[in-house]
Amino acid sequence: MSHAVDNPSTAIEIAQAVASGATNASTVMDEHLARIEASETEVHAFNLVLADQARQHADALDARIAAGEDVGPLAGVPIALKDNMCTRGIATTCSSRILEGWEPPYNATVADRLANAGAILVGKTNLDEFAMGSSTENSAFGPTKNPHDLSRVPGGSSGGSAAAVAAGYVAASLGSDTGGSIRQPAALCGVVGVKPTYGAVSRYGLIAFASSLDQIGPFTHTVADAALVHEVIGGHDPLDSTSIPQPAPALTEVLDRGVDGLRVGLIDEMMGHGIDGISADVLARTNEAAEALAAAGAKVDRVSIPASIYGLSSYYLVAPAEASSNLSRYDGVRYGLREDGANVVEMNTATRTAGFGDEVKRRIMLGTYALSAGYYDAYYGKAQRLRTLLAQEFNEAYQRFDVLLSPTSPCTAFAFGDKTADPMAMYLNDVCTIPSNLSGDPAMSVPFGIGDDGMPVGVQVLAPATHEPVMFQVAAEVERLAAEAKGAAQ
Amino acid sequence: MSESDLPEGWELVVGLEVHVELATNTKLFCSCPNMFGDEANTNVCPTCLGLPGSLPVVNEQAVHFAMVLGRALGCTVQPSVFARKNYFYPDMPKDYQVSQYDLPTNGEGALELPDGYVVGIERAHIEEDTGKSTHVGGDGRISGADYSLVDYNRAGVPLVEVVSRPNMHTIEHAKAYVSELRDILLATGVSDAKMEEGSMRVDANVSVRPTGSTELRTRCEIKNVNSIRSMGRAIDYEAHRHIDLYNNNDAPRQETRHWDEANGRTRPGRSKEDADDYRYFAEPDLLPLDPTAAEIAAIDEAMPALPQQRRRALAEAAGLVPADVALVVERNQDELALAALAAGAGGAGVVKHLINNLADGAGQLTPEAFAGLVSMETRGDLSSTQAKTVLAELVANGGQPADVAAGLGFEAMDTSELEILVDGLIADNPDEWGRFCEGDKKIQGFFVGQIMKATKGQADGKVVNQLLASRASSS
Ligand SMILES: [Zn+2]
Repeated sequence: MSHAVDNPSTAIEIAQAVASGATNASTVMDEHLARIEASETEVHAFNLVLADQARQHADALDARIAAGEDVGPLAGVPIALKDNMCTRGIATTCSSRILEGWEPPYNATVADRLANAGAILVGKTNLDEFAMGSSTENSAFGPTKNPHDLSRVPGGSSGGSAAAVAAGYVAASLGSDTGGSIRQPAALCGVVGVKPTYGAVSRYGLIAFASSLDQIGPFTHTVADAALVHEVIGGHDPLDSTSIPQPAPALTEVLDRGVDGLRVGLIDEMMGHGIDGISADVLARTNEAAEALAAAGAKVDRVSIPASIYGLSSYYLVAPAEASSNLSRYDGVRYGLREDGANVVEMNTATRTAGFGDEVKRRIMLGTYALSAGYYDAYYGKAQRLRTLLAQEFNEAYQRFDVLLSPTSPCTAFAFGDKTADPMAMYLNDVCTIPSNLSGDPAMSVPFGIGDDGMPVGVQVLAPATHEPVMFQVAAEVERLAAEAKGAAQ
Repeated sequence: MSESDLPEGWELVVGLEVHVELATNTKLFCSCPNMFGDEANTNVCPTCLGLPGSLPVVNEQAVHFAMVLGRALGCTVQPSVFARKNYFYPDMPKDYQVSQYDLPTNGEGALELPDGYVVGIERAHIEEDTGKSTHVGGDGRISGADYSLVDYNRAGVPLVEVVSRPNMHTIEHAKAYVSELRDILLATGVSDAKMEEGSMRVDANVSVRPTGSTELRTRCEIKNVNSIRSMGRAIDYEAHRHIDLYNNNDAPRQETRHWDEANGRTRPGRSKEDADDYRYFAEPDLLPLDPTAAEIAAIDEAMPALPQQRRRALAEAAGLVPADVALVVERNQDELALAALAAGAGGAGVVKHLINNLADGAGQLTPEAFAGLVSMETRGDLSSTQAKTVLAELVANGGQPADVAAGLGFEAMDTSELEILVDGLIADNPDEWGRFCEGDKKIQGFFVGQIMKATKGQADGKVVNQLLASRASSS
């Protein structure tokens, strides 16, 4: 059975209605909390729902609006944060036993920026432990279910944030994307998901998985909502040294510009010519999207990114290597879980053995090995060189194209347990999304039709670094064309 | 045996790694105060505690100080990359230390010791300090402790690690290196360089080899030396330990050893053979540093005079060699010396008094008075004993040397009075005079001593000698 919300209110609609007094934040919040009340026990999008706090904040916001205050562009919009983003005094777990009960003494920059824009935090969403996974099955607190079909995964690792939007629990949520962890669940849950340019959104307060790949971005029902949320959370943050020293680009104003004359490259390797395992229905929807864009005036052609074939191999050295270092601090000394031991080394070992799940341990071992003396050049060094090559190939492609197009996920949402026995099968879910993390370029997933199983399909729009405006411009057109195609089919 | 002497046939090989805490206002990657001695765990924040989600932002003052030190050591200041050094230890909040690895801020340089010996500098890189552990119970080490307390106030304090080449072959050179480095740190103001407070920490890599060999044998890294003197003792002990091992057909193992000041010996720490593989990789949370040529030029432009330059300047002005004036510069008295020289004093006299008689400071002594005193002594108006007495008075109460000498009754003795005394002495001691005239140098002291006795030390020894020589040549 489906708990996906029909005809949801968008963030923009809510903010306009609340700001104008057509409704108030408390009413909006009650509607969303009611949906959570109705089906969250089945969906399990959240690790923590802050119902009381959310109601209080909605009341306070209404009072400010009544006093004539401009409370920001996301006035009264219920939002959720992936549970790897720090929230002051609110448990932040990364869906790991090792951080269970830990309350950060500070807020992630994105949490502050959303709050300052009038958004109201409803809860912290479930994820694969430390964002390592593609199905949310690696959460220490149990999996999240796909609101479209509770027998299927929502994707991952930001499965909770994708499901929370798809189920109408919130109008927008944030996820983090290290190899596809926003875009893949967005595709599987039928919502919009954006992985911005590396450095476009501050990582301050995002609990690191792989620092050179991690990027925060929004889940929303619409491209316009994603543009608005990106405008709020993006822009320079002096607390993140890798943050791009520029304000967030204006995105909401470019959405109705169409695609006439824009050059769109369909990535060959991801369309059945190089990367195996992309299912026929997903390929068909992606081709339809390309054809529709051409019909709308875009110049569509094929483009080859040969190094994309090796993206997965490179990623599974770089990401675990950085993770092995980032996750060292969970040693039982200062916070989170501590298991006793006869001495400090035994305490460290016992804590990490009990606190981390299998996938996290697998990647720590992989990364530790990849960085070891004598292996560094063959593994980590080589993987880094592949990143450089991939970025060059993308840059060359962007000499000829404004944006690129591909499937987001090789398949629609799969059943629980389908891929848990074979880590490689699970890793392949990210084969089309990983290259953008390695190159640092932006990419986003937009729903486009359904698969043979009736589950949502997403197509991916890719753009050069810091070229979010043209990416959103094309994504908005894809969204319109998807609606037209759906209307024509009905 | 002097501590710099090894048994015949052996040569000492020492390389030093010196960790210097930079005197910045705040820590390396956060805005917590960089303060020594505050209540434990009060100068901390999410970043220096390594809390999940926190990120580092590099302190520009720390980078500037590191580059100043690099330029003072003649290093190439180059584009650099922070790297993570991964190992588990409770006082290291992230269980990795942000340091620099293959691309340090400061590359190859050199440090010239006062005697002119040049010690090679391999690198001087920036890194963050760890917290401070106190192990309670057991033998004071973490392994046997009942429990440990950690103070993270020091975590994230900026350090520069200055790594020398292993080209010091005497303990004196090792000690002079540390002393010289400390003087440079103080002159540039980049650190307060207090070994006893740990703001300057020296690890000595010690090995020995047969004299004449160029091999580098197994070294041991000696930690926990808290003064230059301790370091000298530790190196001496360790070198002899190595020689004893070799002489017994054994060899040292590569390991870290701790200096035990109370018992005057080193004891084994962690063996390097089973040491961690640090798995260095570029720190992804920080951007590379890429100083511009203009920045480096500005550092050179603003560089204060360094000890080596000050020694050279003073030596040149005084007509001496740099080693002669090292102590004067070390005591920061070169400014006074140069002023006295400019006022007309002779270099040897100025340096002699500064080293021998002004170790505790110059007090009320003005450069002009100092120059006047040295000149009076040089002219023979004052004997060296008188000069020392007058100098002490000038230091204590100021004034002019001629007035002070007159006040003390140190009238320059008339040469004719001296001549009468000398002639009388010759007449009274004909045998001794005969020996003197035959060139017996030992008897010279007898005549000088008798004259000094007769004048209560007021005669100028130089003048007496001249008189004796002229009487001998004319007799
Ligand atoms: Zn701090």
